[in-house]
Amino acid sequence: MTDPTLQNFLWIFISALLVNNFVLAYFLGLCPFLGVSGKLETSVRLGFATTFVLLITAICAWTLNTYILPHAPYLRLISFIVVIASTVQFIEMLIKKVSPSLFRSLGIFLPLITTNCAILGLAIFATNREYGFMESIVYALGAGGGFTLAMVLVAGLREESELTDVPKLIQGTAFNLIIAGILSMAFMGFAGLFSS
Amino acid sequence: MATPTSPYEEMMKGLWRDNPVFVQVLGMCPMLAVTNTATNALAMGLATLFVLVGSSFLVSVMRSLIPKQVRISAYIIIIATFVTIIDYSLLALFPKIHKELGAFIPLITANCLILGRQEAFASRNSVGYAVMDAVGMSAGFLFALLALGGVREILGEGALFGFNLFGPSFEPWVIMILPPGGFLTLGLILLFFNWVTEKRKQAQLNYQMAEERAS
Repeated sequence: MTDPTLQNFLWIFISALLVNNFVLAYFLGLCPFLGVSGKLETSVRLGFATTFVLLITAICAWTLNTYILPHAPYLRLISFIVVIASTVQFIEMLIKKVSPSLFRSLGIFLPLITTNCAILGLAIFATNREYGFMESIVYALGAGGGFTLAMVLVAGLREESELTDVPKLIQGTAFNLIIAGILSMAFMGFAGLFSS
Repeated sequence: MATPTSPYEEMMKGLWRDNPVFVQVLGMCPMLAVTNTATNALAMGLATLFVLVGSSFLVSVMRSLIPKQVRISAYIIIIATFVTIIDYSLLALFPKIHKELGAFIPLITANCLILGRQEAFASRNSVGYAVMDAVGMSAGFLFALLALGGVREILGEGALFGFNLFGPSFEPWVIMILPPGGFLTLGLILLFFNWVTEKRKQAQLNYQMAEERAS
């Protein structure tokens, strides 16, 4: 499956970014998507923080898959969760020490992201597709970019919708879900990008 | 808890009043991803039931042994263990369903509903209550999954549990079994729930006012 051409990397990136968008096509990471996407600025920050964690996850998952898990495949899930959670915690401490300003801008999102299903989902998908090291990293960047894109789009729509007179009954989660549904329909248009 | 309740009440609250999906809006990811057919929804609901009941039982039994500082990690490891069990069991017993659900079985681990119940309920209550609560919550989750899966399969394929309902003249709404259909259907179901709750509140208010006037 390892195909080190630029075309392959591009394919993985665009596919994770648009065609198989983590939020709008795979329904991963919906909790922050529905919970936090009220403000544009917060969504951008959360998107970047998530991309960062996804990148670390991809590296962790690849390392575990290559060096440790061939000996004990049934420990895959448990070791993914434990290793990813502790690595994120460790990096959080590191950032706090090295760059307090970056730490402030990522804020409380960093630890919360660890329990986001997009993180575990990325590790599992990358494993199932037997991605190599570089492919995993490109996949993580694409998935993170796709998550950020979806968050920003919905946040923009929600900010606009605050100016309109939405009936009280529809406000809240139901309204957000319907917005997401329409966006998801728009993203289906990208499905024709690749014929394979 | 403010008032002592019977285990039966603990169980029933998950079905309607505190329904995990419709009222608490938890566990959305597996909820939307695997409900394109009613069969998948049923399989997912039963797998979640197994994991939730198993881990609630274990967490409740071990609640005095787990130190407070590492409790979340301990819960996650317990949950992941049960998910691994169900993952391998499904692979051995029902390979077809396992293939359909794919990566979403391991993702039960990240279902916030399960971790939420451990933190909010199982770690503070005795084993009997914890198991009853888990059964009720997963029954509520299963009910929501089936409602969504049923609607999407009927409209999207004209079938229910794989049995054709309308005959060949029915033009399926393909959009319903694709991702947007999941978002839209759940949005509409939530809307319906809001409407029912609002109506009930209104009725109660009217009743109270009428009673006051009568006295």
